Amino acid sequence: MSVVTVQLGQCGNQVGQELFDIICSDAQEGQRKTYSVASCERFFHQTAHGDLVARALLIDMEPKVINRSMSMAAKSGRWSYGESSHFSQKQGSGNNWANGYCVHGPRHRDAVEELVRREVERCDRLAGLIAMMSVAGGTGSGVGTYVTQCLRDIYPSSFILNHLTWPYGTGEVIVQNYNSVLTLAHLYQLSDAILVHENDTVHRICSQLLNIKHISFSDVNRVIAHQLGSILQPALTADSHGAYSRNPLGELVSALACHPEYKLLSMCTIPQMASSSIAYSTFSWPGLLKHLRQMLISNTKMEEGIDWQVRPPAESGRSRSLAGGSFNTSLANLLILRGKDVYSAETGGIDDPALYTSWLSSKEAFSLWKSPVPFNKYEKSATLVSNSQALLRPLDDMVGKAWNMFASRAYIHQYIKFGISEEDFLDSFTSLEQVISSYSQLC
Amino acid sequence: MTQSVVVQVGQCGNQVGCRFWDLALREHAHVNKRGLYDEALSSFFRNVDSRNSDGAAFAVGGRIQHLKARAVLVDMEEGVVNQILQGPLREVFDSTQLLTDVSGSGNNWAVGNMTYGSAYREKIVDKLRKAAEQCDCLQCFFLIHSMGGGTGSGLGTRVLSLLEEEFPEVCRIITSIYPSAEDDVITSPYNSVLAMNKLTEHADCVLLVENQSLVDIVNKIKIMSHGTKPGLIIKRNSTVTSGQGGLSGAEKPFDAMNNIVANLLLNITSSARFEGSLNMDLNEIAMNLVPFPRLHYLVPSLTPLYTLADINVPTRRLDQMFSDAFSKDHQLIQADPKHSLYLACALMVRGNVQVSDVRRNIERLRPSLPFVSWNQEGWKTSLCSVPPVGHSHSLLALANNTCVKPTFMELRERFTKLYRKKAHLHHYLHVEGMEQSFFSEAIASLNSLIEEYHHLDATKARLMPDAPRLSIAR
Repeated sequence: MSVVTVQLGQCGNQVGQELFDIICSDAQEGQRKTYSVASCERFFHQTAHGDLVARALLIDMEPKVINRSMSMAAKSGRWSYGESSHFSQKQGSGNNWANGYCVHGPRHRDAVEELVRREVERCDRLAGLIAMMSVAGGTGSGVGTYVTQCLRDIYPSSFILNHLTWPYGTGEVIVQNYNSVLTLAHLYQLSDAILVHENDTVHRICSQLLNIKHISFSDVNRVIAHQLGSILQPALTADSHGAYSRNPLGELVSALACHPEYKLLSMCTIPQMASSSIAYSTFSWPGLLKHLRQMLISNTKMEEGIDWQVRPPAESGRSRSLAGGSFNTSLANLLILRGKDVYSAETGGIDDPALYTSWLSSKEAFSLWKSPVPFNKYEKSATLVSNSQALLRPLDDMVGKAWNMFASRAYIHQYIKFGISEEDFLDSFTSLEQVISSYSQLC
Repeated sequence: MTQSVVVQVGQCGNQVGCRFWDLALREHAHVNKRGLYDEALSSFFRNVDSRNSDGAAFAVGGRIQHLKARAVLVDMEEGVVNQILQGPLREVFDSTQLLTDVSGSGNNWAVGNMTYGSAYREKIVDKLRKAAEQCDCLQCFFLIHSMGGGTGSGLGTRVLSLLEEEFPEVCRIITSIYPSAEDDVITSPYNSVLAMNKLTEHADCVLLVENQSLVDIVNKIKIMSHGTKPGLIIKRNSTVTSGQGGLSGAEKPFDAMNNIVANLLLNITSSARFEGSLNMDLNEIAMNLVPFPRLHYLVPSLTPLYTLADINVPTRRLDQMFSDAFSKDHQLIQADPKHSLYLACALMVRGNVQVSDVRRNIERLRPSLPFVSWNQEGWKTSLCSVPPVGHSHSLLALANNTCVKPTFMELRERFTKLYRKKAHLHHYLHVEGMEQSFFSEAIASLNSLIEEYHHLDATKARLMPDAPRLSIAR
């Protein structure tokens, strides 16, 4: 079964190109025939000449980034994007969500839907759709939300996963918090699961773990692509009966997003190190899993600065609050292990009921996927995708800042002139406060 | 890629505009080595067949045949425009882009706005439409004018309202040159206040430039050029200090000052013309810098204003560039933004500068710059990889800051001094269509604008609590 990826806006297109690059090189590495076939079937279709063409659509309101992504793909020599699998206009969305959602989206609806339809028809069976975008700008956020809505309308029974990149806290765009709030509120109704990467976190991974001196956006994008790839590449699941799972998005969604109020997913992957160091390092599953477990419960998204003092609370000590303690309660977790000796790896205590909310049994809350094939040059790697309180603080900050700005009605006239109202803003704020409240009360 | 059209009105507007086109050609010549008509050039120039007088334009990609500026030149006396047409830039404009008359506006806003505004309405709209039609995707109109005279001020603001009427979707960025206190035109306060009313109503954003600041900057550069500090040699061929290397040879009196303004325009549009790692479209300027529709007056500051002969610029110098942008000496109006309140700030960087450099400097400067409570991280950045001619990098900071309030208050004072005595009022009221209510409306608009800035200023000293969040029923 195949996955169709829709890349939206500058960020979506840049990250998407890195993702396909990593998937392709991982799939073609070494002698792992079944894995390679499964991976290629999932993400590429083959032309008559045996060339790999990504099952992807590139959508942006201005042409520069799409052109760059398509030419970089072609240059790799291993894969490319479809010649006509892209849509762009001449003028961007001006960092304005309303411009993207109310103007550009509807204006180009037919063209985009046509592109999606063509790509889906090329699949034997559709496993689901992934929409990749950022939330800070105008196109990824606004047009991206509109396109997700269209996808939901056309494919009501398919799985839709939205991958979002959250901007640096100190800002790249002044109105980023408005754009983020509007996007998240709408997507919560449309998407099956929302997987988030934060630029701040990935930036720290680049500087502290990968030791990159002058960090550029392509460094950041490559880390995001690596982490995404570690989820999406073929794996053996509990339901796949000894073969690679044919329904990765479906299994991901049912493992993690079982309740409509809880759809925010975060992730961490270990190890992450400079590629020059990989060859000289060895890892053990118990060691990796111990770190991963502590990263989960102390809400550290990378393998440095882990707070080992944080422990799961005793039964009586469970408190419901945003600031209460630094223990991160999980609703559900998906652990994905890839590499050598994976069959002997245990769960590392990540299925311990103390980590989870009380109303879901740990059997339902915890899922484990394995693949004996090493991923992207790491002999062993472990990825944890969590539906937990990990994004609560960043989300609360984002809503807080947007609300403060809204209280003085700053910049609102820029949105209103494209067709959304103060009511729409209030609705979005209300939805997100609800999400924040739900996650705060998780215990 | 989008296109922009420059509309230059009046003597000052045309002189500045002329320097802009000269420098723009020079900049593109510096970058575009192969003589191809590329996207960057097409944002401000058309490429036509010189044999055909009303030549259809060539599409992007071919060789450069004949570049024509996307511009409309308006002046009610012929001197300046004629000079342009006799000078080396004559090939860049054709007669269909010009609108002139003979007698001028007599430094009278009413004559410019009402008399000429009505007489030439059709022709103006016609020429604007023609320029717009020649664009594939028109994003922005740049209007250049001065506030103190009659044509730039009066007819210029009339053109502005026509732009809003005919092309409501296209962004309008106005560069307004405000007169200094010792302006030789006695009625400049009247003209300026009457024009400001229109700017507040019809412009998307206004880049404020004060003559006095330009004079100060030019003087400072002169002093530095003759300075005796060892090792400090001012490069002579930077576009900021001189037009040398451009088409026009000898320098005319206001050239140095006009060059600075022309550079301002070059830098604002650089991210739209050339590529970079963090592009900024022109419509993003208004989106990010204008939180309330009437408060769209931006304070520009440009660095560097002179280049040292030392080309090898260590990081320290780069940081110095950022510090300079926030110093009083580099602002293009007489104001002190550091002691007022920032509503938003945009940094447009050109040259070999990385995201990490910008972030480091923002963090460094942030504590000393007061930002309004609801926009504590109100920075918009853009990175363009092509530096200006003669420099390795440059920075243009555009701030929406309450420091414009004193400037407006001074203007109001000068206006009131005259208006109280009804001095020279009859010149205006004699013009057909002009009434005293225009004056009272204009001063009322200026008053309320000052009030709005004052309101925001008042929040500066107080510690604003966060707005209480919505509470959800459990």
